[in-house]
Amino acid sequence: MSRYTAKPLPPTNLPELRQIGKPLRRVDAMGKAVGSTVYAGDFSMHRMLHAKVFRSTQASALIKRLDASKARALPGVVCVLTAADVAHAKLTSDMPGQTGQKQRTGSDVPVLAYERVRFYGEPIALIAAETLEIAERAMRLMDVDYEPLPGVYDPLEAMKPGAPVVTPPDNIVGRWKIRKGNVDAGFAEADLVIENSFRVPHQEHAYLEPEAGVAWIDERGVITIRVSTQVVEHFRSIARAVGVAQNKIRIQGTMVGGGFGGKEDVTVEIYLALLAKHTNRPVRLVYTREESIFGHSKRHPYVIKHRTGVKKSGRITAAEIEIISDSGAYPYLSPYVLLYTAVMSTGPYRVDNLRVNAAAVATNNPYTSAFRGFGGPQACFAYEQQMDAIAARLRMDPLELRKVNYVRTGDTTATGQTIQTAAWLEETATRAMEALGEKTPDHGAIKVGQGFSSYFQSYGRIMWLHDTSQSWVGVEMDGTVTVRAGVPDLGAGQANSLCQIAAEVLGVPLERVSIYCTDSAITPLSGTSTATRQLYMSGNATLMAATNVRKVLLERVSRQFEEVVDNLDLAESRAFVKSNPSRFMELADLAKVCAADGAQLTSLAMFKAPFHDPIDPETGQGPVFPDFTFGSYAVEVAVDTGTGQITVLKAAASHDVGRAINRAAVEGQIAGGGVQGLGYALMEDLIVKDGVILTPSLSEYLIPTCMDFPTTKVIALESGTGVGPFGAKGIGEPSLTPAAPAVASAVADAIGVRIHELPLTAGRVLAAIDGLKK
Amino acid sequence: MKPEVVSLNVNGCVHHVALAPNVTLLTALRDLGYTDVKCGCEKGDCGACAVLLKMPGAERAEAVNSCLVLAWQADGAGITTVAGLGTAERPHPLQAAFADAGAIQCGYCSPGFIIAAKALLDRNPHPSEREIREAIEGNLCRCTGYGHIIEAIQIAADKLSAEKGGAQ
Repeated sequence: MSRYTAKPLPPTNLPELRQIGKPLRRVDAMGKAVGSTVYAGDFSMHRMLHAKVFRSTQASALIKRLDASKARALPGVVCVLTAADVAHAKLTSDMPGQTGQKQRTGSDVPVLAYERVRFYGEPIALIAAETLEIAERAMRLMDVDYEPLPGVYDPLEAMKPGAPVVTPPDNIVGRWKIRKGNVDAGFAEADLVIENSFRVPHQEHAYLEPEAGVAWIDERGVITIRVSTQVVEHFRSIARAVGVAQNKIRIQGTMVGGGFGGKEDVTVEIYLALLAKHTNRPVRLVYTREESIFGHSKRHPYVIKHRTGVKKSGRITAAEIEIISDSGAYPYLSPYVLLYTAVMSTGPYRVDNLRVNAAAVATNNPYTSAFRGFGGPQACFAYEQQMDAIAARLRMDPLELRKVNYVRTGDTTATGQTIQTAAWLEETATRAMEALGEKTPDHGAIKVGQGFSSYFQSYGRIMWLHDTSQSWVGVEMDGTVTVRAGVPDLGAGQANSLCQIAAEVLGVPLERVSIYCTDSAITPLSGTSTATRQLYMSGNATLMAATNVRKVLLERVSRQFEEVVDNLDLAESRAFVKSNPSRFMELADLAKVCAADGAQLTSLAMFKAPFHDPIDPETGQGPVFPDFTFGSYAVEVAVDTGTGQITVLKAAASHDVGRAINRAAVEGQIAGGGVQGLGYALMEDLIVKDGVILTPSLSEYLIPTCMDFPTTKVIALESGTGVGPFGAKGIGEPSLTPAAPAVASAVADAIGVRIHELPLTAGRVLAAIDGLKK
Repeated sequence: MKPEVVSLNVNGCVHHVALAPNVTLLTALRDLGYTDVKCGCEKGDCGACAVLLKMPGAERAEAVNSCLVLAWQADGAGITTVAGLGTAERPHPLQAAFADAGAIQCGYCSPGFIIAAKALLDRNPHPSEREIREAIEGNLCRCTGYGHIIEAIQIAADKLSAEKGGAQ
């Protein structure tokens, strides 16, 4: 018997659909299975040059002298660019905007470092040569003299007066405050005040495809960049950095070999654009694994302190939360990631009296930015551990404590935003725990524990970014359907979901739908594949466009059959009378009739997320996100108290996905995100010493293999209440968020002591057990 | 280093190419246009570049990381990449199962997994879950969490044995 029994779900109203929810073969799957999908690094052109990026070997230093003359003189080297050659170009590291949002000052990053370097691996020069081998030789001929400067490698140190300043005026690159209710009165009311501090480390994205791209100048003078990216709209900041008009940069996105936020900031495309412009030849740049690890962002390390007042009943009366993140050498998305952490810092619990202070702090460490969850997983590790610590102090069952405090639909978040959709927390927690089944018995020094965590996580972008997405849907003369949308497909099935939606609305089998995506020149802009927004945003845009086309088709059939539109439907490539399906017309014939009439069988639709003004800077009050996903994760672990080794025996994930568009894809997101979270919890240890990554390979930075964890049991629930198409909620990022605290909770259940820092290594387990003995 | 002519038999097509002795099989294959062989680390850590290599006289092909094999070592051997197993119109049962079971997300690791699974099923048509896990231990996937990949290999194994049974 499991510790908990799930109650029946609240009633839902989900209409039966023909294609939505089915585990259909994704439109991108077969090309990938037979090796015909062409990724960014697979593309080559005649007279193509090969590029390398020359990088800093100091974390904090002045560049006293930079001499590229020997590299330039090497036969076969076509071009070496330093900052001086590119007019000290800068790149916006602010939120990639579609809306002309005002940029924060001081957030720009030099494309190539000049005068000083701020992190190990910072780009200094670009080399293009006839062969990769020559480019590599030229790298060794680059001459640079550094004068080391004092660096700062700990965000807490970097906040102290007198600490080395990474970029003037000071090291605070982002700050958020949340003030809600009366915190002092809340604490006065508490029976117990519990205080804990939590630490989480860097995490490396480790997508299998290192950053890659090819650029050339086309016959119209447009710099065309075929690149693996999460953000087509970067063409704007690239145009600014290169010094050309925005319509002279074209991004042709490829299928992305994994992104997870690591390809959200600009990667190779800016270097390719500059080299193509300066050489007027096609150029290819593909990172090695080591360069990928040195070259892109990481998940933010955090220190999070919770001080929570509770009644004996378990009710939280007040909370004070202090959040500090390490932004590394440049801000990139740190202020926004910090906002997410602050907004979600209470977890899915009602806290009426709240004070949150959050700061993102510059150091000379590797820069940090987006990573699946975007500040949510760090917050979750802290709030769920804190909840368990409170339960232990009150001698309450962890679920009972949570049930007293779980938010419900109609409650407000930390920033006072009302939760308007289903908040299935107990529903998912009990189901995840139930799926673990009975606890495996202890065996000598092997102690077994079970634990769970609950979470909430936003999907869709911050409302004051005024997010929009466009999609185009058309019916061809043979009754097939074409979708055009600028979505980058990261492998989560972004493109397929749009096809499945169009197939549903227009009543054609999925294999009759074809999609063109990710090209700033030929597909309407759909916005970034980030923030768990594509299904929500572009799914809704595609639904709108397909519905417009459907309307034209049905109106034409209505005239043909002299039937009201309500009595007509589209399915299996036919239009038919619902009350008498033997009266039908093939979609291909209908398309031809419409064409003869001059009826428009195409539609370009734009979906606008709800817009809202920014939150109040003093109180942090106001709505921030379109909606939230809720769920829970449960694990059973065996801890060898002799060696400190933790083995995950069982894992189960339950999330309310609103409505599954493709069940296999949704389950894949949940299982895959969960395993990334287990890696974060137990294995992934990016060792950074004085700003230098000491683990720049996949044999040193270990990510989960198939031998490390059992297959996750996935319980995808459907409340149908999401703001995405057909009631879908987002699941891409949320799937990762609750895994790490669930493991920590299970470990505490096994050994009777809580570990406050990730990853949960054998050394930390042994130290915790030793601490318990003392 | 002086290039020498190496004969590479890839998916049944023989290429005679002049290669320096330090060129890896991975680089040689990709330069020949076999970009279905993916490059993930060039150190043997990830398995994305796996190909089947059947040495002359060997009983069966083995899955190898092509980044850890020098091109000249494959001279005269039979090399099979994932594109050599099937096409979109006529996929190998492993390719169909990977596509249908949700074993493919970003797809960058998929060629390596399918090759590793092919080598497994060639030597063990009825693998247990444990044996499947051991066969793909050297392949990293960052998207799926492996569950659907293991399931796809089981489905393909069942389908292949059923086909074989039917033929007998």
